Amino acid sequence: MAIKGGDLAKLLPKRKGCKDCGFPTCFAFAMKVASGAEDIDKCPHLDPKVKEQIREMLAPPILPVTLGKGERALTIGEEEVVFRHEKTFYHQPGIGVLISDKESETDWERKLKAVLEMTFERIGRILRPDLAVLWAESGDEGKYLELVKKASDASADLPLVLMAPLDLALKALEVCGKDRRPLIYAVTKADLDGYFPKLKEAGVPVAVKGGLEELPEVTERLKAEGMKEIVLDTGSRNLWEVVKEQILLRRAAIKQGFRPLGYPTIVFPCFMADDLEGQYMAASALVTRYAGIVVLSDFVPEYLYPLLTLRMNIYSDPRVPMTVEAKLYEINAPSPDSPLLVTTNFALTYFAVAAEAEATKVPSWLLVQDTEGLCVLAAWSTGKFNGETIAMAVKKLGVEEKITSKKIVIPGLLARIKGELEDELPGWEVVVGPREASGLSSFLPEFAGRG
Amino acid sequence: MAQWKVPVEAYKGRILEVTIGRGSKAVKIGGENVFAFNQTFDEGQWPNSPKVAVEVWDREPLGWSEGILKVYGDSVKDPAQWTKKVVDELSPDLLFFYLISTDPNEEDRSPDEAARVVKAAYEAAGGVPFIVYGVGNDSKDPEVLRKVAEALKGENLLIGPAIKEDYEPIAQAAKDFDHCVSSQAPMDINLQKEMDVKLSRILPKEKIVLDPLAPCVGVGLEYGFSIFERQKHAAVSFGDEMMQMPMLANFSFEVWKTKEAKENEKMGIMWEEMTAMAYLVAGANILVVRHPETYRRVKGMIESYKG
Repeated sequence: MAIKGGDLAKLLPKRKGCKDCGFPTCFAFAMKVASGAEDIDKCPHLDPKVKEQIREMLAPPILPVTLGKGERALTIGEEEVVFRHEKTFYHQPGIGVLISDKESETDWERKLKAVLEMTFERIGRILRPDLAVLWAESGDEGKYLELVKKASDASADLPLVLMAPLDLALKALEVCGKDRRPLIYAVTKADLDGYFPKLKEAGVPVAVKGGLEELPEVTERLKAEGMKEIVLDTGSRNLWEVVKEQILLRRAAIKQGFRPLGYPTIVFPCFMADDLEGQYMAASALVTRYAGIVVLSDFVPEYLYPLLTLRMNIYSDPRVPMTVEAKLYEINAPSPDSPLLVTTNFALTYFAVAAEAEATKVPSWLLVQDTEGLCVLAAWSTGKFNGETIAMAVKKLGVEEKITSKKIVIPGLLARIKGELEDELPGWEVVVGPREASGLSSFLPEFAGRG
Repeated sequence: MAQWKVPVEAYKGRILEVTIGRGSKAVKIGGENVFAFNQTFDEGQWPNSPKVAVEVWDREPLGWSEGILKVYGDSVKDPAQWTKKVVDELSPDLLFFYLISTDPNEEDRSPDEAARVVKAAYEAAGGVPFIVYGVGNDSKDPEVLRKVAEALKGENLLIGPAIKEDYEPIAQAAKDFDHCVSSQAPMDINLQKEMDVKLSRILPKEKIVLDPLAPCVGVGLEYGFSIFERQKHAAVSFGDEMMQMPMLANFSFEVWKTKEAKENEKMGIMWEEMTAMAYLVAGANILVVRHPETYRRVKGMIESYKG
């Protein structure tokens, strides 16, 4: 719920013409503050209480939480919409692996290695999981602290969740250090009185576990103690129940502006299914429905890669077209005398063309020109895809050194640029290809056969 | 502390209930006036859970993964036997029968022959409802689908895809022989609406299913996901009558075309399962899947939902 400048102006002291904030009027200043362009601190005449009230109004409806530090730091929260098509989702959920102190040291090492090293590349982006959730399952404190030590030694930056009774979690915090900002999991209503000021002094994010009716009371109490980095767990372990609660929490925060529930969430597919396959399916539903941290019992590439890809898809910005890297792609192991196809870097166009060309089994080159993610006709009509730009790409990407066939196939929709491309690329034969990618299945074999 | 009221919402619109097939195995879809997996607080009704169709071809499949072929064995050499095998193994809600041999760029099978193959398969299916799809060729599909519609007159198939170039003869065939039709607008809400208006002049709205196309994980899923959500919104939140038909998410073909699925069956299954989960959440009323494991798993997920 965005705040209006007008509402904000009403709270300002309205000292006529003081201009101490640097603006001609309180209203002008309020507009800037509401849009996030100015800090409310610039008004020196505000009552601290009012200032706090204004800060509260300006805070995002779902507060951010950052775990870990350095290059691996994970920020979740700060979401503004219920549906991605209303604007976009911002912070993709952290994907975590559950490591129990009951497991063998070999398993600890294997899982830590997986979370640190499993990476995948897709359309020029690196996809990887985010965090380790250390679970005190055995009841043996020494064992748990050993696990925490092992995990902190494995990497100085890896975000951790300390999933243990609070006393033990606080001890574990000393082992891994506050600086690495782990998440303490979890505070319940029953813990509220016993753990202040220890929790507050810890100064790290905490998870709150409880039913929907309990959560607001606990978060309000933490907030009153100055603790704002909070993650919610409703405690449900049935997928569809959790999905409903995620929807409810998102609506409460965004549509109702209800601050006590305006925090990111943690969900546990690892406790929702008997086997990994079921866990990952549950995780996929929760990635589409607002989860902040998603915990799985193990990482295997066959399941993790599709999950990370789905996450990238759902958290891509619908306002920005999805693009692939502009470069020369090889289809079916081409040789220098294979034909060259050209298309735009709009991902859907690329996927369609590459898939169809690949299916023909005909070796060819695919030149993907940067059109800022516009599709063929839109790119042409805005001057981003024409004889000149294609010729520039051909030269820039060193195509002429690699391809001796000197045959370039342009999209059928752009038959009109044949002449200009011929002018720009002397010595090349410009061929008009099919209008749709699906036409390649008959076009390409015939074209290749013609030699 | 501020008093909190549970955010119950009420919506204006309701999805039409569409029946596919005939007799005891006929399938009902749609009928909800809430969003999928979401009628948390007695917001409305969701009478028919999403249904899952299994993909079968009108000829022996090429390039299908071993795990699938192992389940079906030699039956895949004959579409009728293959169909029977799928029904015996999985008892699916529906079968998605793909007339891939009619593609003029490939085998170019004749409409009469296509109709004969569909009829034989349909008779082997023991009453499981059929979705019958042509290849999306606007000159061939109308001829083929008309013959199919005629051969199975009154069986209330879902035939398609009716696209903007050929919706008229296909919808007319559905009307003449008492079937449903799928309205396919490739991820374009405005075109979808236009098609729906035109189709609903030919046959009742309760005979129409929407197919906005459903790209899979990694290959444009985000577009399909948001189109499904937006169309459902238009129908349920805003009460747009021309969007109130149930939606079909047909992604199995795309999933198994990806490099990942082709190279690694275990990953391919998860690719298909996650695509299915995403479209379930986004509001699909029918999913089309290929792998038997996907079918079992996705059905299990749907059945685990206690409204």
